[in-house]
Amino acid sequence: MKILVTVKLVPDTTAEKRIDPSTKRLVRTGVETVLNPFDEYAIEAALQLKEKAGGDTTVTIVTLAPESGKEIVRKALAMGADDALMISDPAAEGSDVWGTAYALAQAIKKNGFDLVIAGTQSTDSTTGELPGALAEYLGVPGVTYVRKLDLDGTALKAERETDTGYAKVSTDLPALVSVTKSINEPRYPSLKGIMGAKKKTIAVQTLADAGVDKPIGSDAARTEVTNLETPPARGKGQIFEAADAVAGATKIVEFLRERKLV
Amino acid sequence: MLATSTSVSPRRRELDFQLFDVLEIDKLLATPHFAEHDRATLDAILDAAYEIAGDYFAPLAAELDAFDYKLDNGNVATPARLKTAVRAFIDAGFMGASFLADDGGLQLPSTLSSAAGLVFAAANGSANSYAFLTVGAAHLLAAFGDDEQRERWMKPMIEGRYFGTMALSEAQAGSALAEVQTKAVPAADGTYRLSGNKMWISAAEHDLSENIVNLVLAKLPDAPPGVKGISLFIVPKFLVDADGTIGERNDVVVTGLNHKLGQRGVVNTVLTFGETGECVGYLVGKPHDGMRQMFHMMNEARISVGAGAASLSIAAYEYSLQYAKDRPQGRLPSDKNPLSPQVAIVEHPDVRRMLLEQKAIAEGGLALVLYCAHLVDIAAASTDDAERRNAELLVDVLTPVAKTWPSERGIVSTSLAIQVLGGYGYSPEYPVERHFRDQRLNPIHEGTTGIQGLDLLGRKVRLADGAGVTLLVAAMRADIAAARAHAALAEECDRLSEMTTLLPDVTKTLLQAQIELGPDRALTEATAYLDAFGTVVVAWRWLVMATRAAAAAADDFNSGKLAACRYFYRYELRQTKASLEHLAMLDDSIASVRTEML
Repeated sequence: MKILVTVKLVPDTTAEKRIDPSTKRLVRTGVETVLNPFDEYAIEAALQLKEKAGGDTTVTIVTLAPESGKEIVRKALAMGADDALMISDPAAEGSDVWGTAYALAQAIKKNGFDLVIAGTQSTDSTTGELPGALAEYLGVPGVTYVRKLDLDGTALKAERETDTGYAKVSTDLPALVSVTKSINEPRYPSLKGIMGAKKKTIAVQTLADAGVDKPIGSDAARTEVTNLETPPARGKGQIFEAADAVAGATKIVEFLRERKLV
Repeated sequence: MLATSTSVSPRRRELDFQLFDVLEIDKLLATPHFAEHDRATLDAILDAAYEIAGDYFAPLAAELDAFDYKLDNGNVATPARLKTAVRAFIDAGFMGASFLADDGGLQLPSTLSSAAGLVFAAANGSANSYAFLTVGAAHLLAAFGDDEQRERWMKPMIEGRYFGTMALSEAQAGSALAEVQTKAVPAADGTYRLSGNKMWISAAEHDLSENIVNLVLAKLPDAPPGVKGISLFIVPKFLVDADGTIGERNDVVVTGLNHKLGQRGVVNTVLTFGETGECVGYLVGKPHDGMRQMFHMMNEARISVGAGAASLSIAAYEYSLQYAKDRPQGRLPSDKNPLSPQVAIVEHPDVRRMLLEQKAIAEGGLALVLYCAHLVDIAAASTDDAERRNAELLVDVLTPVAKTWPSERGIVSTSLAIQVLGGYGYSPEYPVERHFRDQRLNPIHEGTTGIQGLDLLGRKVRLADGAGVTLLVAAMRADIAAARAHAALAEECDRLSEMTTLLPDVTKTLLQAQIELGPDRALTEATAYLDAFGTVVVAWRWLVMATRAAAAAADDFNSGKLAACRYFYRYELRQTKASLEHLAMLDDSIASVRTEML
């Protein structure tokens, strides 16, 4: 079974970020690049499925990223993935969700797959749209926001988080799932894994190599960013003075009720 | 990870600077011994250390410090979060980082495994102690255990299934280990039966591992008197069958817990062997060879104590620095307007002085211990016999220095961190009071400062006809010559150059005094000598750091290195010069005092 995990390289989540007003894009120079933290859950889910299934199951990391991000992709390999496929092409720069999903889909189809696992969203643009778009381009069922995942042969069973609870979903492979933070606790790369990762293959392909037959990148983007603003500063919090815990709790409940939050 | 990770000291750039710019450890990777590794691997391993220390070790530090260990029917339970933290450390493979590949380890450079250890120790010294004791015990068995002992006891320690301890001290035998009274009697099956008590034994009871392997000093019935009559035994908590199955509980029990000023997160025990006469022990190596074997581990343990001390100082320094940048308080003397905004306390010269002093001690101590670890790597990897022997001799001479200087100065340094925070620093709300309490152990355990002074002046500087000091001075002179390329370092070069004459001269005078006046009189000021020796060595390491900084871009980091180096020379080394001159006078202010006069 071939499991592919899509990952994104993002600016360090703790770093201070700046938008270049002329390009309306994030300034990445001087900010450390890391593996999108949400994707670590997807890698972990894939590794757990592999460990359970055994046999010839493989986990391949797929990403659309500049080749300079190779060492970050290696972290995913250090966690235990078997190999990686990087689509690195200057022509992909500035791709929107559509372009990225299309390029990834073409590469994944060319590579062959049974199951694609993605994180729910990235920590930089946070659209959460990619998994859905990718499933569409792959022409397979897309089960998003999965908090529990089980495979029995080609039968996939999942619990999908909803606003009010969860839904049980089942489908046959091939399929795509996106997983949430509650699905697992991602493992750390072990030192042996780190040492082993340098011997694993990271195949680097251009868009043409990957079978991407339409232009993507900033010029082909279907998304237009019209304006960007810094979020307004948070208003001052409200402090309740209360004689004891019960009185304090009552005040907080009243406050939440007034705003119909409980 | 998405989990809120706590920031961990030392700052990554500091560690990268020390490892890759100052010590250039990537050069080691060209040797066959370390050929399995590359720079990217070392970076990724440090990333893993920072991640696990930040996610698991640091957030647990205050809780573990406040945890009240209790003895319950011979058992000691540990907090659940400690188990998780230790498990993350083991699962990542850090327990085996420094062992040879043939022993099931990763054969990483000692400099790198020490650096990773510093990160864990800075995050949570107590949690790290459990690992540090286990690694030390396993190293000892790697060096002296027979094949069967290595398979049965060492391998499970490297895998993190068993933990280890060092059981040396007894109530009446602390610094004077010759007074050890624990006995070992041969049994018919080739094993031994132990009886007696041990005191101050860290981690001899807990629920973090399947088994605990105590390495115990004891005397055989035919033992000659003194340290030459001490043998070393493996005394496990549980006996283990030949196939590795854990069997019955051995007759070794914890009869009490010791409560301490600091390092409270690691359980400390009183151990009793052979209450029912059935305490099984296994002799390691030859009879009566225990001290030599234990000292193999002890040297490593002493450098690790120095590393732990440096890590506490750096954690306290970096915490107090951040606090000083965030805390508004008062105005500069020139600002008489009470309505003007207050300045952050880092703007006050006295606060800057306290931070600079901490920086000089903490980063200087870090440089010293990492340099020693690097010497261990050179000794392991070098194919040149002379280079290997020189590295070994330097490690021997520098061990008491690396143990003591960061420990003693670390008390000053962590105390200054409290001072920067003022009243808040004195409260358990902030971590610096814990750093200070934890630091206080370091001049005591694994050989007190007094013992280290005697070791340096009474033994180490005399090794190989005093070749150690000659080697050290030659290394300093080579680095002074390189530093002369930078005009900005001329003053430091001159001052250190002066020390390269003064230190050997004073050493010669004190060695001669040992012959002429006898050791009792001549060693009176061994501790002062150790302190002066340490300050000269750290001044040298500061000059090497400053030379790298002077050659690199003049950013804040490098300018900070140059400023701290200058501070160290003008404020610390100047006093050391006076100390050395005083030592050469063989002053009798201490020697002439009778007990009754105190």
